[in-house]
Amino acid sequence: MIIEIGHFAVVLALVICILQTIIPMIGAIQGRENWMAVARPAAQVQFVMISLGFITLMHAFLVNDFSVAYVAHNSNSALLWYYRLAAVWGAHEGSLLLWCLILSGWTICVSCFSKSLTLDFTARVLSVMGFISTGFLCLLLFTSNPFERLIPAAMDGRDLNPLLQDIGLIMHPPILYMGYVGFSVAFSFAVAALSANKLDSSWARWSRPWTLIAWGFLTLGIALGSWWAYYELGWGGWWFWDPVENASFMPWLAGTALIHSLIVTDKRGAFKSWTVLLAIAAFSLSLLGTFLVRSGVLTSVHSFAADPVRGVAILIFISLVAGISLLLYGMRAGQVRSYLQASFLSRDYALLANNIIILVAASVVFLGTLYPLFLDALNLGKVSVGPPYFNTMLVPLFLLLGVLTAIGPLLRWRHDHLQELVTRLRLPYQLITCGVILSVIIMLDISLWLVFGLSVAGWIVCSSICLLMDRVKHSSTLLAGLFTQPLSFYAMLLAHTGFALSITGVTLVTALDLENDLGMTPNVSKQIGDYEYIFRGVEEIQAQNYRALRGTFDVMHNGRHITRLHPEKRHYPVQNSVMTEAAIDAGLSRDIYISLGDPLEGDTWSVRIYYKPFIRFVWLGGVLMFLAGIIAACDRRYKLRQDNRARLKQLHVQEA
Amino acid sequence: MIRVYVPLAAFIIIVIFFAAGLTRDPKIIPSPLIDKPAPAFVLPELFQQEKLFSNNSLSGKVTLINVWASWCGTCVKEHSLLLDLVQDVEAAGSGLQVIGLNYKDDRAAAIKWLERLGNPYTTILFDPDGSCGLDWGVYGVPETFVIDQYGIVRYKLTGPLTQAIISGEILPLVQRLQES
Repeated sequence: MIIEIGHFAVVLALVICILQTIIPMIGAIQGRENWMAVARPAAQVQFVMISLGFITLMHAFLVNDFSVAYVAHNSNSALLWYYRLAAVWGAHEGSLLLWCLILSGWTICVSCFSKSLTLDFTARVLSVMGFISTGFLCLLLFTSNPFERLIPAAMDGRDLNPLLQDIGLIMHPPILYMGYVGFSVAFSFAVAALSANKLDSSWARWSRPWTLIAWGFLTLGIALGSWWAYYELGWGGWWFWDPVENASFMPWLAGTALIHSLIVTDKRGAFKSWTVLLAIAAFSLSLLGTFLVRSGVLTSVHSFAADPVRGVAILIFISLVAGISLLLYGMRAGQVRSYLQASFLSRDYALLANNIIILVAASVVFLGTLYPLFLDALNLGKVSVGPPYFNTMLVPLFLLLGVLTAIGPLLRWRHDHLQELVTRLRLPYQLITCGVILSVIIMLDISLWLVFGLSVAGWIVCSSICLLMDRVKHSSTLLAGLFTQPLSFYAMLLAHTGFALSITGVTLVTALDLENDLGMTPNVSKQIGDYEYIFRGVEEIQAQNYRALRGTFDVMHNGRHITRLHPEKRHYPVQNSVMTEAAIDAGLSRDIYISLGDPLEGDTWSVRIYYKPFIRFVWLGGVLMFLAGIIAACDRRYKLRQDNRARLKQLHVQEA
Repeated sequence: MIRVYVPLAAFIIIVIFFAAGLTRDPKIIPSPLIDKPAPAFVLPELFQQEKLFSNNSLSGKVTLINVWASWCGTCVKEHSLLLDLVQDVEAAGSGLQVIGLNYKDDRAAAIKWLERLGNPYTTILFDPDGSCGLDWGVYGVPETFVIDQYGIVRYKLTGPLTQAIISGEILPLVQRLQES
């Protein structure tokens, strides 16, 4: 009974969404205020209804209601309660519902925090968001309904995929979706501005905080996903260039370009149509990600059960969303003229270069991901594009981007003098490069990429410090100078430092990691690098919903005992699957990663021992970028004060 | 101002590719064995355990090898087609040899299954642990191979046979091979 209430609520939400799409848009076009006023309450009721649906599904999982087909397929009474809750989004149907919930959450936020916008513009934005919501609710209800009953009810559930029984599942999808779906706000602002034919810089200012938050969550989501794959899949890798990973990386790249080009549009009034295009691209790429994951057009390690009907439905929806918005763009962008009035050595051009590099990187990922699909469609054979392509293409691009990140923020808007810049930068850059080269030569054989990577990271950090000192030096005291800087300035420093940290981590872990597959006999020690590993044997243990063989390893460093690790090989009886659970001794400067292979003869086991230096930096950088996104969005300049609002109103009166 | 419609045009092209991609299954991978000699095997017969078969039994005749198992539901569907095929082949007096490869199965269950549904095979190779299937690149049941009289793999189908595939692809191929 309860699940039917949820079902009904979601159907109701669909009806409201359709109204939210149509009525405010017509109102905005015809200038009817009472029609426009429908948007806000509709968005709010819609959110309540979808939440209700979501809660009833959660309830069904919590009480083990196996008469609901989705629950029976993805849960089991022996599953721990918090995994049962997370199992709501453990498969296709539920994750689509989560998507809808988060979208309606963003919609209600826009409806609540848009008091400073004109009614006309709010109505248009909420109408576009309503359209997206309508599409997703249709997909949910007509192709993948999680509320369907199973008659007769199952005795017990088929259990959640053991790969997903992990803290990663609880956190990764909601945060990633926050990012994906968050780009719908920037998209809606862009389409609303297009439809209202007001491609000025005000829409850019309004959409900046939303875009920053969405970008922050997407960054964190990707970092979490990478961390999860690292410890859960048991291969010790943290990025596989899998289509699904690329599907999240492409919107991230587009989003990164977007937050930078929004700055130019907001502050300098340039790149207007370009920024609109990026906003459309970022969200379309998010949708594309959904399509790639759900339709099965590409093979991937973590694709959900593929269903061509869903694929067609999602494709039609993407075509509608991106097609209409690009058509609208074509109709309107031609009328906008914005010229960049600046010399080549200026922050304006640095940001343009940033956009170009990121766009090239995104195209590289796009081509690499879809090349197999294109070839197959043209009957040219089946291929797969692997990491070598991506690494060869993207490593130089990202190093270039890093160099630009070090120089760009130091440049002035409009015009700067080369001579000044060089004197400002010469000393720190020389120092860092020398330092890096020296330390690398001392530590090990020289690797060019290592020097490049570390130098670039060092440059970024150093230029951030230079920038901060530059800004503060005119203030009376250091403290006063620090306090007068806006939050968004610190956010930029933090994000760029995060980028530098990630580069450091990627460089070090790629250049210096040690991977060993070996056979180990109990109580015989093996020396790998600076560490000594002693295998103590394997025992059998029993947990709530699995049995496991658990190995014990002692790790020694210079004769001192560091840690004892317990990698496991788990057997989940319900799905009859075996999972390798790696044991990791994590540290800021290195991870020790042990995973249990197969038994060889006697007591000997095949074991994988990885030594991963500075791998935590990769994700730590992501966390810093997430924080930076949130901090930047809190900047005061986005909180239009009362007087500003009054001024805006006045402006609109004048326009009319 | 055609420039501003470039993104739309690019997008439409991409969508066409996606639509084409949806009609294809990325899991269908052509077998690397095509036009190569059939992998070596030595397997017992299903009914006569002591009788061993190897690649020698393939040479001299065009052979169709059908991989099946009693636990495979789809195999039931293609089974009647195989029976028809064998009948037609015998009626036409063509020298096509149809061999079964019983894959990861239980001997008693397999024999019972054939008693119930009929036996189209002249010989059935028994591969209980799937080791031969591994060499042949079998990753799902049913699968069908066509080997020419010189022991070279000429064709592989993953998934069930259909009437269209038999009359449109397999029989013409067999005829071509026999004439060469």
